[in-house]
Amino acid sequence: MSRDSRERILSRIRSAVGGAPEAPEVPRAYLSRHAPEDPDAVLDLLHENLADYRAHVHRTDGAGLPALIGRLLEERGARTVVVPDGLPARWPAAWAAEPVPDTGLTATALDAVDAVVTGCALAVAETGTIVLDGGPGQGRRALTLVPDLHVCVVREDQVVASVPEALPRLDPLRALTWISGPSATSDIELDRVEGVHGPRTLEVVLVRGPV
Amino acid sequence: MSGIFVGMPAFPKAAREAVQDGTLRANLRHATHTIRDKRARAVAELADWAELREAGKRIKDRTLRHLDTYLIQLEEAVTAAGGTVHWAADAAEANRIVTELVKATGESEVVKVKSMATQEIGLNEHLEAEGIRAYETDLAELIVQLGEDRPSHILVPAIHRNRGEIRDIFREEMGKWGRQAPDGLSDSPAELAEAARLHLREKFLRAKVGISGANFMVAETGTLVVVESEGNGRMCLTLPETLISVVGIEKVVPTWRDLEVFLQTLPRSSTAERMNPYTSTWTGTTDGDGPKTFHLVLLDNGRTDALADEVGRQALRCIRCSACLNVCPVYERAGGHAYGSVYPGPIGAILTPQLRGTTSEIDASLPYASSLCGACYEVCPVAIDIPEVLVHLREKVAGQGGKGHRLEKAAMKAAGWVLDRPDVLAAGERLASKTRTLHPRKLPGPGARQWTGSRDLPEMPAAPFRDWWKKNRTGDDA
Ligand code: SF4
Repeated sequence: MSRDSRERILSRIRSAVGGAPEAPEVPRAYLSRHAPEDPDAVLDLLHENLADYRAHVHRTDGAGLPALIGRLLEERGARTVVVPDGLPARWPAAWAAEPVPDTGLTATALDAVDAVVTGCALAVAETGTIVLDGGPGQGRRALTLVPDLHVCVVREDQVVASVPEALPRLDPLRALTWISGPSATSDIELDRVEGVHGPRTLEVVLVRGPV
Repeated sequence: MSGIFVGMPAFPKAAREAVQDGTLRANLRHATHTIRDKRARAVAELADWAELREAGKRIKDRTLRHLDTYLIQLEEAVTAAGGTVHWAADAAEANRIVTELVKATGESEVVKVKSMATQEIGLNEHLEAEGIRAYETDLAELIVQLGEDRPSHILVPAIHRNRGEIRDIFREEMGKWGRQAPDGLSDSPAELAEAARLHLREKFLRAKVGISGANFMVAETGTLVVVESEGNGRMCLTLPETLISVVGIEKVVPTWRDLEVFLQTLPRSSTAERMNPYTSTWTGTTDGDGPKTFHLVLLDNGRTDALADEVGRQALRCIRCSACLNVCPVYERAGGHAYGSVYPGPIGAILTPQLRGTTSEIDASLPYASSLCGACYEVCPVAIDIPEVLVHLREKVAGQGGKGHRLEKAAMKAAGWVLDRPDVLAAGERLASKTRTLHPRKLPGPGARQWTGSRDLPEMPAAPFRDWWKKNRTGDDA
């Protein structure tokens, strides 16, 4: 049935466009980036755009990182925190919150955890976006979805200026999540409300130098 | 298309009812004007908007020209990544496929992320009849579903409801379907959103089957893309064991790189954001992450008919941003329901008659529900010349029944509705004279016959509707 429909649809397409003139090559006269070629300015832009969409942004260096994360968790009252595989072990060592390794927790078990701490694959300054690809220190997608607080660490060498710069650095075969601020809705009279189904709080830590 | 809207009154009658509803009008006006202004600011941030728009248009045109090739490539890539691809010629077949897939899992409920394609085919109603409950999880869709209502805007489907109405719906209906609304629920948007979060969370956590659409499908990699704000999309795409995506065949783009255009133009055009809060991309299945089984149902349902129409096929470029709704003086006054389809506003007026044909009164009247002002064309991020298609479809409608035919009468009534509204006309004419310079008489570019440049564009006179009316209705009563 579906097999027949496949042939039917394909042949309908061919007869619909078969005689049409060729569609020319796509002109790509648009810019590959809008931000200046200045890493400091690009980092500032990321900071600004993340904050504009109500993520909380912090800056530190590698030495100060574990304690800063610990403080953020404490301020938000997180007592338990999921730790994805590949997160540096010295980070959780500095926290009061109890680290929970991801041993294939069910969604319900994850729902009982207060927070998650991850790294990322890259961040896009112009749009204020963090991209996760499930690599080391990020874990599977459910980990950054079910707990209500997400603390995400971005190294300065992971920051790109624009969407056109981001795509070639990402592997489409991995499941990707692009995050620009906490979840939000404007469905009720266009009043923006933060936090519907994803984490209601997004803390982003920008780190200079090695972590 | 879906059975839900069959039996809808033709455009003018439905529009009249909508206009009498003061709440609806006020809500719509507030909504469209707010988004419109924000969008203009978000677009102005990008100096290369015109180039992005041109690239988006040309990517889609190229895709449509070789749609067979790209769909086959997509099928191969999805299959290689562990997914299964199904082809559905029409709504009935798509519904049948999805129902069988759900039944094979042994489940009797599914969670759904907002998808125009599944609304188009009436999937929820079909599943319901087969004993499967489909839970909508987008906040607006939840409001619509609990209120046993119809969506009225592509992006904000419950825009016709105000906070007090939403609170009442939640209080009365939530308990019937699961966790009830908290005691003493007020009408503050934050509290209402929290009630929705709690109500839906129990459904997400136990869901075994998720159903989605997709904004884009990448042929070369087999990747699907869902763009959203609330996180309900991520829930539906990530937590269930089985994921079924129903996607129109025109949603394919050739390359991964092509997303660099649409991920810039779609959020800015749609929600007026630099980027929407969440975008999910996935390719087949991933070990240890997300659904173990993935099915892609490719939907035709009239799209190949539209593709065969040299002028009308450009409607298939649409990326459903809804910018054209927000600038449309007719939509603002008539409301989304008047269009009698899941696709309201200017895009609905050109897409629905092509997908369903123009044999019903509502569909024959749709191309007339416009003052031809051209504001929709100006904002469209893939440069669909909606006025051109409207005029073209009017010719088709006029040719099919002859004078005095019931379809012709319905069409003329819709036109009369527009003509009777000096404020619609005035708004249209103001917009038209502002955007007239954007309307080239012929599409630029080399070559006498190009994919979309095969005919002259319609003129954009200062008073487009009145002129069109004069040309077509001289000495006749309407
Ligand atoms: S026709 Fe253009 S403006 Fe309207 S929804 Fe589609 S892409 Fe957006």
